[in-house]
Amino acid sequence: MRKFDTAVQYLKYKVLREVTRFSFKGNLMEKITDIPKIITPGKEPTMRCCVYKERAILAERVKLAMGGDSSNPNVIEVIDIACDECPMGGYSVTSACRGCIAHRCESACRRGAISFDENHTAHIDKSKCVECGMCAKVCPYGAIHNLKRPCERACKVDAISVDENTKAAKINNDKCISCGACVYQCPFGAISDKSFILNVIDLLKKSDANNYKVYAVVAPSIASQFTYAKIGQVVTGLKQMGFYTVVEAALGADMVAVKETKELVEKGFLTTSCCPGFVAYINKHYPDMSEHISHNYSPMAEIGKYIKDNEPDAKVVFIGPCTAKKMEIKREDVKPYVDAVITYEELQALFDGKEIDITTLPEGVLDNASYYGRIFARSGGVADAVVEGLKELNITDFDYKPVPCDGIEQCRVALLKASKGVLNGNFIEGMACVGGCIGGAGCLTHGEKNKAEVDKYGKEAYEKTIMDAISVLK
Amino acid sequence: MKRVTGTDFCLRKENVFMMKVTICIGSSCHLKGSRQIVEKFQNLVKQNSLEDKVELSGTFCMGNCVNGVNVMVDETQFSVLPDTAEKFFEEEILAKVK
Repeated sequence: MRKFDTAVQYLKYKVLREVTRFSFKGNLMEKITDIPKIITPGKEPTMRCCVYKERAILAERVKLAMGGDSSNPNVIEVIDIACDECPMGGYSVTSACRGCIAHRCESACRRGAISFDENHTAHIDKSKCVECGMCAKVCPYGAIHNLKRPCERACKVDAISVDENTKAAKINNDKCISCGACVYQCPFGAISDKSFILNVIDLLKKSDANNYKVYAVVAPSIASQFTYAKIGQVVTGLKQMGFYTVVEAALGADMVAVKETKELVEKGFLTTSCCPGFVAYINKHYPDMSEHISHNYSPMAEIGKYIKDNEPDAKVVFIGPCTAKKMEIKREDVKPYVDAVITYEELQALFDGKEIDITTLPEGVLDNASYYGRIFARSGGVADAVVEGLKELNITDFDYKPVPCDGIEQCRVALLKASKGVLNGNFIEGMACVGGCIGGAGCLTHGEKNKAEVDKYGKEAYEKTIMDAISVLK
Repeated sequence: MKRVTGTDFCLRKENVFMMKVTICIGSSCHLKGSRQIVEKFQNLVKQNSLEDKVELSGTFCMGNCVNGVNVMVDETQFSVLPDTAEKFFEEEILAKVK
């Protein structure tokens, strides 16, 4: 069974695993410089021009695995020397152009940017081209390509550009929402999220001596992850690693669902606040809409707050698919409730670095939330939960018109319409990743069946209504 | 096994001693019926007008999953089931606060 989608993820994982291994053993500082050579031991390069470059890049990955550049407030960072400086230049004619007679490209171009040489091969005049892509669409040979860097293509908020000096990718922190799309898409693994696994290991190591408990709060998208084992085995693995117990973030989602429903009815128009990427997008790109963001905490912060209100010295670690959550816990209002965030990728590295094979473990149980809290993991989940919230709160006179936005591009359209007052809806559910959290950059795998897995997991919940799930809380 | 920490006896509201009753709402106890127990206790507290004397709260694990549902009354841990909740309330909570 495959553990990752790509070899880049696997490479990143190996670094995290080694860092974890030595950190648990207590000799990380001594072994830190050995890690690159452990991962590429031979003399022949397997990824780059030479083993020395491979190791130099691995050294940078080790740094990121240990928290990265602390002077950069963003949790997403470019590894300059790993960037392949991919070609770019927009629409270009490739050698597949056969110099045909039809010249559909020329007819399609409204700017007159296409001309032909003596071999009848098409050329694009870049001073006239506006990158509309019409020529590429009509070419019967598909001979016109859009040369765009994968990172730039992945970034739907235009936060990535090219550094003029190094030619490597550059992230504009004023625009970046830390969704991690570029991290997942870069074919060379040159953009990465900073890892805080060492903070987690430190919390776990010191818990006994300092008499505090470390709670693992697990996101509902776990349903589509670790598919080579059972969720119950992940729970047992977490406890073996030193977590005191495991709690569903989905219970926080149940709490949020009720509050969000009430707030929507009171205000008449609202956007969700669950997805930190979406919240950052509004604040950075549509600041005029910020006042409409729900004032509720995200499910992660909500459940973290509940745990700490009841047990002030408890520590909370959130485990999920999300790189933007790493930014969310830097917010002053969220900071007190969540101590660290790691992704599923990083959890896999923690298990393997600690040499815990979850497939061999007995199954624990994880059941705190309702169906509705659990489906927050997929696009449309919050919107569905509010339908249920209205029903359970007996609110019948509210004309609920949800606008579920799957991915940041749909969010942009909805926000643009809302800012102009022409949106046909009163509740924008925004998810920065396509598919919702199950499309998150920190997932081990992404697949077609993930949504079905989340719905199935939702249906397995012991509690069938939101009110039943949250009735245990005060 | 770790001990549940926290203030077990709290001094609240004009020097009235509050009895602290903590019910485990972690996954294992939840599946054994901790919600039903919480609901029964909430009703019983109301019926007996004990809002000033008994403080109900939840926690996610008491480290004794096998014997769930775990209920902590002040410093003592008990094992309660939804069927025995009323009887338990009368004997261990009501009898002691009255």
